[in-house]
Amino acid sequence: MSNNYLEIIRPGINTTFQDKGRDHLYHIGIPFSGAMDNRNYLIANKLVNNNLDTAVIEFAYQGPHIKYTGEKINFAITGDVFFLIKKKDNEIKGNCYQSYQIENGDEINVVSTNKSVFGYMAIGGELDIKFQWNSCSINTKANIGSNDGKKLDVGQIINFKKINLNKDIKKINYINTKIENIRVLRGTNFDYFSEQGKQTFYKKEFIVSKLSDRMGMRLEGPKIENIVNTNIKSEGLIKGVIQVPADGNPIIMLSDHGTVGGYPKIGTVASVDYDRLVQMSPGSKIKFKEINLSDAEILFKLYEMETQNLLSQI
Amino acid sequence: MIKNISNLGDAALYCDFGNEVNKSINSQVIKYFKTIKEQKPVGINNLTPSYNKLIVSYDLRQTNFKEVKKFIENINIEDTQKTYSKQLEIPVCCEESFSLDIKRLEEILNLKREKILENFFNKEYFCYMTGFIAGMPFLGDLAENMRAPRLETPRVKVPKGSVALTEQFANIYTFESPGGWNILGNTPLDVFDNSKEHKPNLIDPGDIVTFKEITLDQYKNFYE
Repeated sequence: MSNNYLEIIRPGINTTFQDKGRDHLYHIGIPFSGAMDNRNYLIANKLVNNNLDTAVIEFAYQGPHIKYTGEKINFAITGDVFFLIKKKDNEIKGNCYQSYQIENGDEINVVSTNKSVFGYMAIGGELDIKFQWNSCSINTKANIGSNDGKKLDVGQIINFKKINLNKDIKKINYINTKIENIRVLRGTNFDYFSEQGKQTFYKKEFIVSKLSDRMGMRLEGPKIENIVNTNIKSEGLIKGVIQVPADGNPIIMLSDHGTVGGYPKIGTVASVDYDRLVQMSPGSKIKFKEINLSDAEILFKLYEMETQNLLSQI
Repeated sequence: MIKNISNLGDAALYCDFGNEVNKSINSQVIKYFKTIKEQKPVGINNLTPSYNKLIVSYDLRQTNFKEVKKFIENINIEDTQKTYSKQLEIPVCCEESFSLDIKRLEEILNLKREKILENFFNKEYFCYMTGFIAGMPFLGDLAENMRAPRLETPRVKVPKGSVALTEQFANIYTFESPGGWNILGNTPLDVFDNSKEHKPNLIDPGDIVTFKEITLDQYKNFYE
């Protein structure tokens, strides 16, 4: 055990280590993984002066309750998160998008995410966790990554390889915008669906189902009618692909998705909207809006410039 | 040859080699896959070969559809050296406790157990692709009289190492997972071992695979 470590008093519901993800492995069935909401992941690291590809703690809905032992250190939380910081006998409510200093014995209690799904905790320094294929990201379905590919557990100790401390508090004004319209590009099996099915897809409202996780987001609502075949020969998938199985309810592939699939693809979520898509909690309403490839590329460039601009302000 | 290239979203290319599922089309897909992989083009972060499609994913921060399409169109796969493939023999035990769907197969195929095993073991298979779950190989083609549909209700847990059949393919469950294929036996071999960083998967697309029947004793003593 090193001198600086975190102890998990309560792990939360779906708490994992995540970083930028792993690439070049789709062909053997290993997905990208990585932080679901990339922008919030990057901002969290920047707030504690970490390299931007450092592993962070990702949580969903209820987050972890953590006790810190060691020398002074910084941490920051991003997302739309309600959390408490306990120092000796004093408990304060924490603000997202601001770094804090904690010291020996302090506790961080991440109570919940507000009307969103994922939040991120970055801690100044480097956690002593395993890399697998150049990434610490945990994929709990395939048990890949750090922590033996499993969620964080109660009583667990997480050591640091090194710590860095900034005396100055870093802060940024940022509000996670919510969107109802998710922009999509036309899918490779768009013609499998009836005229009415296509209309349903673009005009009607869908609801995010409870059966959503890091692998996929299931939607409920009007059924999308298929007139050709409800199965195709299995072929490669990427995150954001919207498949429609025989029951007519769309499923959106998320970061831990299976690498091949056999349901017709009606569309793919534009990269610009992915970070906001994954934050839509069960019960949220979604409407799809079609855009073309060149608009999608321009919109992503703008989104990326905005992200870089935010990072440069910290 | 690639019949059509289109976009899959804004961060991947969809290379369509047609709709048939056969070795000659799949070999083309694999040739492209291996050639692109060797060249390591900047910005391309994943390749997913399947029966008759190749998905080329890229980082939109580094490149775009137009550039990647141009790159793919200019590849001459005849220029590249002959792509390697290997031959493998996979031991399989079909003892009762492993052969979970043998009764169902006997009924559907209208063949006796002995005949099913004889057909299965006396054949060479070609690996069309790997994936769905990490390292799972899709091996074809089963003889016409060995083709059974998926289970109506998939199992919640298929044991690790299960060797299973559906339609023209055999596969191996590389770790415990849900699944709907007809389970014929089990292999003691680690077909996917994620502790091997450099080469976790045993079988690659394009490889030739045969199965060898082993007894329960041989299965139990496999690692001794």
